[in-house]
Amino acid sequence: MKTGAKILVESLQREGVETIFGYPGGVVLPIYDELYDSPLRHILVRHEQAAAHAADGYARASGRVGVCLATSGPGACNLVTGIATAYMDSVPIVALTGQVPTNLLGNDAFQESDITGITMPITKHNYLVKSAGDLSRVIQEAFYIAGTGRQGPVLVDIPKDVSTGLSADVKLPEKVKLRGYNPTYKGHKRQIEKALELLGHAERPLIYAGGGVISSNASPELVEFATLASIPVTTTLMGIGCIPCHHPLNLGMLGMHGTEYANFAVTESDLMIAIGARFDDRVTGKIETFAPHAKIIHIDIDPAEIGKNKRIDVPIVGDVKAVLQDLLLLMKKRDAHEIWLKKIKYWKQHHPLKCPKDGALHPQYIIRTLSDLVKDKAVIVSEVGQNQMWTAQHFCFHNPRTWITSGGLGTMGYGLPAAMGVHFARPDVPVFDIAGDGSIQMNIQEFGTIVSNKIPVKVVILNNMYLGMVRQWQELFYDRRYSYTELPPVEFVKIAQAYGIDGVKVESCDEVLPAFQAAIDCDGPFVMDFRIEREENVFPMVPAGAAINEMIGGHPRT
Amino acid sequence: MKPHTLSVLVENKAGVLSRVTGLFSRRGFNIESLAVGPCEEMEMSRITIVVIGDDARVEQVMKQLNKLIDVIKVTDLTENERVERELALIKVTAEPGGSRAEVMQIASIFRAQIVDVGAKSVTLEVTGDTEKIDALEQLLRQFGVKELVRTGRVGILRGAKTATSSK
Repeated sequence: MKTGAKILVESLQREGVETIFGYPGGVVLPIYDELYDSPLRHILVRHEQAAAHAADGYARASGRVGVCLATSGPGACNLVTGIATAYMDSVPIVALTGQVPTNLLGNDAFQESDITGITMPITKHNYLVKSAGDLSRVIQEAFYIAGTGRQGPVLVDIPKDVSTGLSADVKLPEKVKLRGYNPTYKGHKRQIEKALELLGHAERPLIYAGGGVISSNASPELVEFATLASIPVTTTLMGIGCIPCHHPLNLGMLGMHGTEYANFAVTESDLMIAIGARFDDRVTGKIETFAPHAKIIHIDIDPAEIGKNKRIDVPIVGDVKAVLQDLLLLMKKRDAHEIWLKKIKYWKQHHPLKCPKDGALHPQYIIRTLSDLVKDKAVIVSEVGQNQMWTAQHFCFHNPRTWITSGGLGTMGYGLPAAMGVHFARPDVPVFDIAGDGSIQMNIQEFGTIVSNKIPVKVVILNNMYLGMVRQWQELFYDRRYSYTELPPVEFVKIAQAYGIDGVKVESCDEVLPAFQAAIDCDGPFVMDFRIEREENVFPMVPAGAAINEMIGGHPRT
Repeated sequence: MKPHTLSVLVENKAGVLSRVTGLFSRRGFNIESLAVGPCEEMEMSRITIVVIGDDARVEQVMKQLNKLIDVIKVTDLTENERVERELALIKVTAEPGGSRAEVMQIASIFRAQIVDVGAKSVTLEVTGDTEKIDALEQLLRQFGVKELVRTGRVGILRGAKTATSSK
C-alpha cells in the first residue's frame, strides 16, 4: 500500500515530468513531504500565479506538458489567471491543487475554495479526486487530455485525505481511452481534394497561420507547402516563428498591429487558407470586411472553431501537421503567382514597418538591436501591451517555440514567470523577457525565484512610465485624457539589486548594444531598464471595429 | 430565433450538469426547460435541454458541448420528426358539490389522472406536449390552481433513428 502523495509523485514521474513549479501550504503538506526526497525538481515561486505561467512557458517552449502545484483556497485561486492564459492559447499544462479533506468539502472550511467549479470554464477538463486509488488513473488521463487534440490546461484537485489515504498499485491501461473524447487527427480526404481544387484556381492565395501550426509542430510542413505552392504567409501573434522572418513569402503578423502588407494581402486575396488559427477579433477587425474577396479553407483540429466567426468554404478538421502532410502528398508544384507576388513585393517595399531614427531612444531600435545581436540563439518572452507588439513586429524570429507570449487572454505579468519556465525547457539558450514598466510590476516578486534558482533570465524593461498601450488608446480615441495610466518612475535596477540581480539603466541609443552584451556575458539573471520615448505608439494600427486595411500610422497608400 | 430541443448523452458523474449548463449561461442563453435522468446505458445519463436561439449560436453551443470530455453525444432533435412530452402535477381547488365535478370532467377530456383527492382540492397528473399542458393549466386557472409542478421536456426521435451510440 502507498499513500496518495506517493502515488501522485510516481504518476508524475511516469508521465516524464522533471520539473514542477509550486508553492506549499497546509493541505499539500503530504505532497511536499513526498517531494522532499523525490527526483522531481520543484521550483519554489513567490506567487502561485507565477507557477502557472512558468508551467505554461515550459510547455510552449518544449512542446511537453507543464506542471504546477498549489495549495487549496488562495493558492488554487492564484493559479486561475495562469490557467485561463493557458486555456486561451491552447497550452498543455496540468495544474495540481490541494483541497480540504473530503469530509469538509462544501463546509467553508479553512482555505477551502471550489476550484473545480471556479476553473470549469477555463480548463479543458478538471477532476476532484475522491480516493487515493483513483489518483494514478486521473493523472494519466489528465496528461493525456492536456497534451492531445486541441491542447489545454487540466486541473486535478486533491483533498488532503486523498494524499494521505492508502491504496495498492492500480494497473493502468497502455493507452487512455475515453468514450467522450476522440480528437480527429487525419483530415477528410474529400475535403483535402476540395481544398486542392480551390488552390488550383486561385490567383491571389494567402496562408493565414496561427498558433496551431506551432502546437502541432508543423512548421517544416507549412514552409514546404507555402514554398511549393508559392503562397505568401501571414501569421497571427501566436503563429510567429512558424516561418522564418526572412523567408521571402513571410508577410509578418496580420491584424490590429499587423504589417500593412499583410493586411492589404488579406483584403485582396481570393483564397485564404487558415491553418490552426481562429479568426480572433484582434486579427479580423470588422469581420464582414475581413478577406472579403476570398474563398476560405480552414484547417483546425477543433471542429468548434470551424465557422465560429466566419463562413468557411472548405473546412478540414484534423491535426495541422497531418493535414499538411496529406496536402503535400497530393499537390503538384505550381507556377508562382507572379502578378500577386509582385504586388506583395511592392507593398513590402513601400509600406515597411517604421523604425524612427532621430537619435532618441525608441523601443523599435532596442528590439531590432537585440534581434540582430542574438539572431536565432535565444528565446524571447514578452509581457502584454506595447512591449509585446513592438517585439512581435520588430524582432526577427527564425524558429517555432522561440516566441512565447500571452495572446488570447493578454495577461500582463505573464512574461517574467513564463521566462522561468522557458529556461527549464531550453537551458541551452538565453531567455529574454521583454517587459513594460507596468507589466513587470505585476509579477516582479519573481526576481526572488530567478535569484534563488539561478535562472538566468534577461529582463528588458521598456520603461515609459505609462501603461503604454492604454495610454495610446487614450491619446487616439479619448482625446488624450490620460486617466490613471501614468506610473511614477521606478528605479528597476535598484529593485533588482535588492534581490541580488545585476542590472543597468539605459538612457541613450549608444548604450543599448553594450547593455545587451553585458546581459549575455552575465551568467545569472540581468535587468535592463530602458528609458524609452514616453509617448511612442505602436503603429500601424487598425482602430477597433474598422476594416483591417484601414490602418492608421502607416504609409500613404500609393 | 426558435426553440431547439437538444438531447445530450453524458457520463453519469458529479459536476456534469454544471459543465453542460455553464456553456449555455456564459453565452447568455436562458434554458427554457431541462430534464435529466438515467438512460438505456449504465453509467450514462441523458440531459434534454430546450433553448431558444438562432441556429448558428445553437450550433456553436452544440460543438462546445461535444468538446466536453464527459459528453458522449449531442443531438438536436428539432431537425427531425420526434415525440416530445412533459409531465405536470396540478393541485386545483375542487370542493365537493362545488367545482369538483367540472374539474374531473376537464381532467377526463385531457386524459389527466386524478392522483390525489383532498377535502378541498384534487391533484391531477397530465402528460403531453407543452401546448396541451398549457391549455389544461389555462382551463383550470378559473377554479384556483394552488400549486403546479412541471417536469422538463423529454424527447425521442420517431422511427428507427436514435440519439444514442458513440460520437
